[in-house]
Amino acid sequence: MKLIIAVIQPEKLTDVKNSLTRAGIGKMTVTSAIGCGQQGGYTENYRGVITEINLLDKVRIEIAVNENFVKPAINAIIQGARTGNIGDGKIFVVPMEECIRVRTGETGHEAIG
Amino acid sequence: MNRKFKTLISLFLFALFTGGILFAQDAASEAPAINIAQVGMDTMWVMIAAFLVFFMNLGFAMVETGLTRSKNSVNILAKNFIVFAIASISFYVIGFGLMFGNGSGFIGKEGLFFIGGADTSPLTGDAYQGAYSALSWTGVPLFAKFFFQLVFAATAATIVSGAVAERIKFHSFIVFSFVLVAIMYPITGHWIWGGGWLAAKGFWDFAGSTVVHSVGGWAALAGVILLGARTGKYKEDGSTNPIFGHNMGLATLGALVLWFGWFGFNPGSTMAVGDGSAIAHVALTTNTSAVFAIATATIASWLIQKKPDLSMILNGALAGLVAITAPCAFVSVPAAAAIGSIAGVLVVCAVYFFDKLKIDDPVGALSVHLVNGIFGTLAVGLWAKDGITGAATGNGLFNGGGFSLFLTQLTGVAAVGGFTFIASFIIWFIIKKTLGMRVSKREEIVGLDIGEHGMKAYPDFQGFLTK
Repeated sequence: MKLIIAVIQPEKLTDVKNSLTRAGIGKMTVTSAIGCGQQGGYTENYRGVITEINLLDKVRIEIAVNENFVKPAINAIIQGARTGNIGDGKIFVVPMEECIRVRTGETGHEAIG
Repeated sequence: MNRKFKTLISLFLFALFTGGILFAQDAASEAPAINIAQVGMDTMWVMIAAFLVFFMNLGFAMVETGLTRSKNSVNILAKNFIVFAIASISFYVIGFGLMFGNGSGFIGKEGLFFIGGADTSPLTGDAYQGAYSALSWTGVPLFAKFFFQLVFAATAATIVSGAVAERIKFHSFIVFSFVLVAIMYPITGHWIWGGGWLAAKGFWDFAGSTVVHSVGGWAALAGVILLGARTGKYKEDGSTNPIFGHNMGLATLGALVLWFGWFGFNPGSTMAVGDGSAIAHVALTTNTSAVFAIATATIASWLIQKKPDLSMILNGALAGLVAITAPCAFVSVPAAAAIGSIAGVLVVCAVYFFDKLKIDDPVGALSVHLVNGIFGTLAVGLWAKDGITGAATGNGLFNGGGFSLFLTQLTGVAAVGGFTFIASFIIWFIIKKTLGMRVSKREEIVGLDIGEHGMKAYPDFQGFLTK
């Protein structure tokens, strides 16, 4: 069992969701986040003063998957989020110890699926 | 000298130049005896009504901001704010002259620029001598007439803003608004309110269902067709993907402000106090139509959508107000109830109809102003009661007057619609080919606030840009 955490550009969320659905992955948690990476920042104007915005809007997606879905999930995220520009995002894959479905008490592989 | 400095200098010179023109406009006119008390009373009423109509700018700004996404709020607020400035300048420079100057049946020719024509207001009727005799029926000073008409002209331009929201380039909207209020709105306005050919034919539009609302609607329709739908609004299979507004509180505030402003828009169009009965009559027909439209729009939305949709209820109120704008002084209160009831259903159906055609109108401006502007104008031909507040409209179809008034109203709707739609289409097309009309897809997704203005409406809040 793995937990896939992806940080992507907010405007690519729809594309990523679509490609995940096509890969048969329909369960995810999405949060709005701010962060900075290689992209740097952009400038914003306020009353004539230009401000450097460092922490940028991002979207963070968390998906818990069984082993056989790790590759398809990663590929789907890349397919949806990639533009080739700096700032496309990152994907982290971490091992997951346990997963429990609250309603039934199921654990492990069944609880994910 | 750097570029910024040069721009500042040229702006300053422009201000000096226009200032010079303003001061050169002090034409003195000697007026024979006038009833100061009556003129004062009438002027007071006209000005208060005009201030109420000005307040409708807030209503439009709030409705449009509330019904669109937060990432475009700065852009929509900026558009609604600047549009009054653009309309004021263009209507002052030439619009008012084209609309109300003495001239042919199609266009005003006297006193074209800067309200510069001779004028003996507040004298009325035959005693009036000047360049704006189309307005000689009301005994108020020229500037009161101008200011009242100005806030109406600005309303027409504001209607366009909502329909093209969330994807149009800021400067393209500004250029179009200028042309609309400087030339297109005054030409069709001259036909109806400026003593032109439609007025001579016996076409009646009391406060502007056609002159203001349909014209704004037709101009918006041409723009929306050339602009295309917002990204993601229509799915590949042709079904509609709802794009929710971000703040229903603002939308409700805006609708109530518009409703309040309408008590200046319609009752103010009497442009005189008289014995007060016309004002009272118009206020009551206006309100009656609005409340019946709210009721029927709520029911229609409840039946179709299974739940009463607040945005439809708000649109229902505005639909009832637009529909009664032309007939408010020409019909009885029960007729106003009938007009409102139909308007409420019409607006809900129109929203679905435009979505079927993939004509993307984020705030329902076409369903409210275009569809109900047309309906309200035709309603005069159906429900008009001769002389109910003094105007010799003749009777409509339902009061035994036959089809003649209805056909005249239909002619007016078609002529104004045809002219405004084609002229707007041409202007929008030129803008599209030169300045460009639509922002890039990336800018649209990120939001026009960052793209067009480099700032956000809610910088301290975190929210999703897309869902």
